[in-house]
Amino acid sequence: MLPTLLSQIVNGLVLGSLIGLIALGYTMVYGIIQLINFAHGEIFMIGAYGGLAMFTYLLPTFVQQQWYLALPLLLLAGAGVSVGVALIMERFAYRPLRNAPRLAPLITALGVSVALQEGVRVFYPGATAALPFPKVFVQGTWAIPVPGGTVPLRWTGLLIIVVSLVLAFALNSFVNNSRMGRAMRATSQDRDVARLMGIDPDRVIVLTFVLGATLAGVAGILYGADLGFINIDIGFQNGIFAFTAAVLGGIGSIKGAVAGGLSIGLIKALGGQYLPGGTAYDYVWIFVVLIAVLVFRPQGFFGETERVRA
Amino acid sequence: MNAILEATGVTMQFGGLTALNDVSFGLSEGEIIGLIGPNGAGKTTLFNCLTGLYAPTAGQVGLRGITLPVDPARVTQQGVARTFQNIRLFPSMTAEENVLVGRHVRMKQNPLSSLLHGPGFRRSEADAAEHTAKLLAFVGLTKFSDELARNLPYGDQRRLEIARALATEPSVLLLDEPTAGMNAQETEATRQLIFAIRDLGISVVVIEHDTKFIFTLCDRVLVLVQGELLVEGTPDEVRGDPRVVEAYLGAPPDEVDAQIHAAEETR
Repeated sequence: MLPTLLSQIVNGLVLGSLIGLIALGYTMVYGIIQLINFAHGEIFMIGAYGGLAMFTYLLPTFVQQQWYLALPLLLLAGAGVSVGVALIMERFAYRPLRNAPRLAPLITALGVSVALQEGVRVFYPGATAALPFPKVFVQGTWAIPVPGGTVPLRWTGLLIIVVSLVLAFALNSFVNNSRMGRAMRATSQDRDVARLMGIDPDRVIVLTFVLGATLAGVAGILYGADLGFINIDIGFQNGIFAFTAAVLGGIGSIKGAVAGGLSIGLIKALGGQYLPGGTAYDYVWIFVVLIAVLVFRPQGFFGETERVRA
Repeated sequence: MNAILEATGVTMQFGGLTALNDVSFGLSEGEIIGLIGPNGAGKTTLFNCLTGLYAPTAGQVGLRGITLPVDPARVTQQGVARTFQNIRLFPSMTAEENVLVGRHVRMKQNPLSSLLHGPGFRRSEADAAEHTAKLLAFVGLTKFSDELARNLPYGDQRRLEIARALATEPSVLLLDEPTAGMNAQETEATRQLIFAIRDLGISVVVIEHDTKFIFTLCDRVLVLVQGELLVEGTPDEVRGDPRVVEAYLGAPPDEVDAQIHAAEETR
């Protein structure tokens, strides 16, 4: 009994921290330019493919064989490719629409999402099917002894939890206690006044995309390393979860994105284990909870109620 | 006298509407200028032109002889700061953070150092915090340092806006109705604050409807009516000028009476 419960909690935390890492990108971009960047899931997917490409085509065999050499390089490559694509996307797809009605960039984001997904399918060799992802971390599981049995935790799962939490804390500290972090918050609250304080909104927006894409790229590598394969749908699937997590936690809030991600991971794992329908219905519970939360607390866990400015 | 801020022939048209017509004035170092005029006279529009929010249709604004760009961020960098008629603080940031945002243009942080909390980053944050604490003490808001801006009492929000503007280390401070909605006591405190700011060597332009406040505060008063600079002079000169009385308070009572009589007779 207890080992099963704890195992599902562990599974939930692994998935949840990964979702949270992606959700941070959604929530930050929304906070600054009120855009739901539906292409953010694809930025995560492209990070995974970027890492895979580096491993397959650039790394010499002796580096491939040592995870402690390969993993840092893959994380850099994943983050780098994600940031590059995000910068191009911001510059050419979103910036020209900065002052357009909100619907225009939203539809553009959907278009960018489809374009990126299809682009990888067409141009990445073999991407029409799932591709094996290199084992760039310690394989196997840690059997945590508990009363009545053991709880298995994959080492890659532990890696996901640790890296996600460290990055989320670093981001939170950056946003709260640094010059550019305060500039980001100021821009999200009143862009015109931020400009009058000497803040360049374009730089703030670019920085926001860079930070979000870095986290998404890292998440892509961690996801591939944990699952052992990737395909071009992972961006859409995890992007929807991450977007839901950002809304659940309160869009615009960093704490909220992490809390929302962890909640979704736990609901999926525990719902699949204990609620009727099993894993076939685990997605359903996520959205049931989302609806329930939004009915009673539309701004999410940590969101701020929208106020009309006088 | 050498003007620190100088507007030359500033004209601002919105479509067919001329909001400002050929407005020129100079602000000297350590001077307090009052800008008065009826609603819609173009006072705030003038502030928007001075701070680079609007590109004037004609004319230009110079700071120490150098033409200011039409870019609010760079105007702030060069030393012009302002407050707003409707308070526009960052509501979900604390008083301290609001002032720290004002420090933005005077801080340098390298991104890597900010992420890793390197020594350069920590020094820069410590300096900014110290500067901020001084400014909050200067405007008397030390006790609200960690309070969210939106929770501050109204008068204190206005003072916080002034502290945030001062954090940019301006040589010229533009105050848009700094005493609007204040009681007599708060208004007096604001007057003392503005004198203290002037004593720091900062030149000040104040928009205000309260003429008594303006006449006892300012070295010079400009009267703006329908986008034109109607009268300019010392408080005493301006107070006595019949054109100002008419433009600002409406026609003299006898004339108004005459008009009412005329209207009644035609009916």
